[in-house]
Amino acid sequence: MYVTDKILPELPAPSNSKGLIHWLKTNLFNGPFNTLFTLLAAYVLYKVIPPAIEWAFIDATWFAETSGECKLENGDRKDGACWAFITNRFDQIMYGFYPEAERWRPNLAGIMLVLLTIPLFFEKTPKKAWLGGFILVIFPFIAFVLIRGGYFGLEAIDTGKWGGLMLTLIISLVGILFALLFGTILALGRRSSMPIVKSLSVVFIEFWRGVPLITVLFMSSVMLPLFLPEGTTFDKLARAMIGIILFQSAYVAEVVRGGLQAIPKGQYEAAAAMGLSYWKSMFLVILPQSMKLVIPGLVNTFIALFKDTTLVLIIGLFDLLAIIENVLGSDNAWLGFHTEGLVFAAFVFWLFCFGLSRYSMALERKLDTGHRN
Amino acid sequence: MANNAQVNNNEEYAIQLINMNKWYGDFHVLKDINLNVKEGERIVICGPSGSGKSTVIRCINHLEEHQKGQIIVNGEEITGDVKQLERLRTDVGMCFQHFNLFPHLSILDNLTLAPIWVKKIPKAEAEATAMKYLERVKIPDQALKYPGQLSGGQQQRVAIARSLCMDPKIMLFDEPTSALDPEMISEVLDVMIELANEGGMTMLCVTHEMGFAKKVADRVIFMDAGQIIEENNPEEFFNNPQSERTQLFLSQIIDH
Repeated sequence: MYVTDKILPELPAPSNSKGLIHWLKTNLFNGPFNTLFTLLAAYVLYKVIPPAIEWAFIDATWFAETSGECKLENGDRKDGACWAFITNRFDQIMYGFYPEAERWRPNLAGIMLVLLTIPLFFEKTPKKAWLGGFILVIFPFIAFVLIRGGYFGLEAIDTGKWGGLMLTLIISLVGILFALLFGTILALGRRSSMPIVKSLSVVFIEFWRGVPLITVLFMSSVMLPLFLPEGTTFDKLARAMIGIILFQSAYVAEVVRGGLQAIPKGQYEAAAAMGLSYWKSMFLVILPQSMKLVIPGLVNTFIALFKDTTLVLIIGLFDLLAIIENVLGSDNAWLGFHTEGLVFAAFVFWLFCFGLSRYSMALERKLDTGHRN
Repeated sequence: MANNAQVNNNEEYAIQLINMNKWYGDFHVLKDINLNVKEGERIVICGPSGSGKSTVIRCINHLEEHQKGQIIVNGEEITGDVKQLERLRTDVGMCFQHFNLFPHLSILDNLTLAPIWVKKIPKAEAEATAMKYLERVKIPDQALKYPGQLSGGQQQRVAIARSLCMDPKIMLFDEPTSALDPEMISEVLDVMIELANEGGMTMLCVTHEMGFAKKVADRVIFMDAGQIIEENNPEEFFNNPQSERTQLFLSQIIDH
């Protein structure tokens, strides 16, 4: 027989940090192969990074009135990057052909959106649901009236003049909002017990998922007008947006469906057993849980959507990339600074996508209630 | 809303099952189930696994559909009509083997969800009721935690409180202690015994806890292979089981 005569105390866990040398040894130089690869990688980095920094920062020309300041006397380019191309044409890259005198309107809309959104990030904000609803339902109309104009004495600005980063952001935000909405409805439809709803959802999803986005955009701008009665005009931007929304909602639907299927049957049963109707149990019990599960997949889709907006250049809309590539690229005053433009566009896209990715990670952590199904 | 189905309108019965049959595909899972439950009666259903006992109570609130026969709850035959079901389910609470709390909501929100959204009770009032029931199941201090932070026994007690918040006339328990660690079973049974002893509520409980059956049941029903084999008051049922199948079952579970 054995009976313990004391309760053992809790001790701190042993420390794993054994200093830099130890870390290097275990992670970079543990064996001949890894040592070789470490040295090789170090050499490649040494060859690539310093020149890149030199080009982008040290030798760069940041501001200039003309492209001449980015060139040597004999007309060749200087070694460093010519960011002056970007800074000089910054307004056009941001707004496209939107008239300069009216640019306060999109600015105001943007500032309003940011100011309205900030309170949502604070726990203590009262009536958050109402504020969120206002942003999703009312604000788009305000933004449309501001940017499009034609009401309240605001000069109407044709959507053909919208462009640059502004257009990219408008298409993306509208696209994400509606793709999420339609996608969720489609996902619910695909899991519906009603055969007609289910079949329609399946056909819709499989059709739009099976068509390349480029085709959708071509169809919307070239084919659609052929089917419409003669004389009807339908805004080009609106057509492109509808195409993008239908296309992306099919992807969102499949992501959301994955989340719906991951929720245990017991959750559906518990909600039903309490007398919650189908829609109430979906919106109060099932979707909040499944949306949380599919945040990584949704963000993936949204990032793809954001980058896919660049395809609108093929139907003659000038988003951020199209402005840099097609408009400024053929601008005689700044010929030959194509690379800087592309690097800048890539950087802007990366910045937004990375921001979205980081935000989604923070959101996942915040929504984690410590439950693993 | 009008209910056109023919109903044996006997007010004193909370639940009537009349020749109820159910199949899973070709498998005849419930055979001619007949059961009348009086208002306020406490019934324990037991039997080996696969005998259909859970299916019976899941048919009563139409989580499962029966194919033949009638189910009459509170004088109204279940037709599967969506609106009827939503109304009926507010009167019939259910506790599940795996609790099925909503993991994304705090305990308090779990309890107030249905009262607020189904019964349209103001939030403050729903929260007061919720706290009252949390106190009854002895965990008011956990109100702001999430289900994932509670032990199994605590979760099941929350699930019971959640059902009670809807003020149901009938409570269905589907093996409420089967998924619990042994040392947590009694805390849940205590709550259930207290509830049963208060009276007034019709209770149907599928369980293997024979001590609970002896203490509170008005009737014990033994099922095997989809049919009711034996039905008696607990004393007779445990001391003087009639059918061989019941005797075998009781010898297998009580001797341990």
